[in-house]
Amino acid sequence: MVDEKEITKVQELVYELKVGQVMVKDVITVTPHNLMSELRDLLRDKRISGVPVVDKGRLVGLVSIEDFIKCLTDGKMGSPVEERMNRNVKTLYDNEPLVHAVKEFDRMGYGRFPVVDRESGKLMGIITKGDIIRGLLKKMEIDYQEEEIHRYRASHFFEDIVADKTTLIFQYNVIGKDFDRAGETSSGLKKTLRRMGISPKAIRRLAIATYEAEMNIVVFTDGGEITARVTPQEVRVEVVDSGPGIPDIKKAMEPGFSTAPDWIRELGFGAGMGLANIRKCADAMHLESTVGKGTRLEITVYLNEKEKHGSGNDS
Amino acid sequence: MVLGTIVEKLGLGVKTAPRDLTSEVTGAYVSDLLSDVMANSKEGNLWVTLQVHPNIVAVATLKDLSGIILVNGRQPAEETLKKAEEEQIPLMTTGLPTFQLVGKLYNLIGEC
Repeated sequence: MVDEKEITKVQELVYELKVGQVMVKDVITVTPHNLMSELRDLLRDKRISGVPVVDKGRLVGLVSIEDFIKCLTDGKMGSPVEERMNRNVKTLYDNEPLVHAVKEFDRMGYGRFPVVDRESGKLMGIITKGDIIRGLLKKMEIDYQEEEIHRYRASHFFEDIVADKTTLIFQYNVIGKDFDRAGETSSGLKKTLRRMGISPKAIRRLAIATYEAEMNIVVFTDGGEITARVTPQEVRVEVVDSGPGIPDIKKAMEPGFSTAPDWIRELGFGAGMGLANIRKCADAMHLESTVGKGTRLEITVYLNEKEKHGSGNDS
Repeated sequence: MVLGTIVEKLGLGVKTAPRDLTSEVTGAYVSDLLSDVMANSKEGNLWVTLQVHPNIVAVATLKDLSGIILVNGRQPAEETLKKAEEEQIPLMTTGLPTFQLVGKLYNLIGEC
């Protein structure tokens, strides 16, 4: 699995990165009028096996170590480069994705490709397989570092705050009867808590409880507010609406008891599991309701593993 | 089993951009009641349902499910598709009724 995921990341980068981003820009070149004998020192000193031939900025050919050796055997070291170079040079464009370069290396079996500007034909750089690998590694390192910084910031959120007591408050408005947006509050809260580095276990319980409470507002009321108070010790979610109220809380808590109309049930809501699910997920749950006035629900999940959790007590 | 393999073997239609079919499927859960799925599905489960409204994506996101299969030729609502793209929840369709799809799925991944 890990392997497959890593391949996917590299594949993604190969499409994301452009040839121009990984090529070497500082290219050693010769002119068509340089003599072949002048190549000797260049190839030896720079430890390279091929040189692009450039005339007034434009790439006109490539001269390789093989061309040099052939020239040496022919005893024509005094001839100009333009007589011995390969004019039919396969090039890459600086703005094409790296994946094209990888394919060309595979197809042609060359060690390098000069990179030119698509419009002007001007030599922009040169690329080897090594450049591709270096480019990919560098990009992966940058991505990884960003990820690390991100993770650090998130998980040390509370530790970086200097105060005797810290409470963060997140407030969400829930619109009644809006089934298209239903679930956005719990999803948003889940993401927020995750970024703060709160344990996934606690987040999952909070997300389920908040979702059920959110759906209760959407299904039964004209709207309400959900407020999450986060301290290093606990997350307390307060759900308030000014809806119809619950006549019999004890009955409403029974799994399977539902007052939802048929059309809501057909959507898959109103199974009579909402409050029961909340109780199962919360460490503490407090529900108060007045018919005709509204309902207030408080859900608490402790973040400290040592605190009691599991089926919460309702009051 | 990886989601992509299941898609291939069952001939499912993939409605969302097929970028993340590499997630590991930890089993499946079959229900059309959202609260039931909230309470009983497990992380990484594939969810089989006939519900097509946007809230199925919210449930799948909150429970970290690996994907949703819509049965009986049902197509996701436009808003559902949009949300699924946003939350990167793979959404798949099949012409098969629930019983047949789940039978095939069970033969593939068994009691995991």
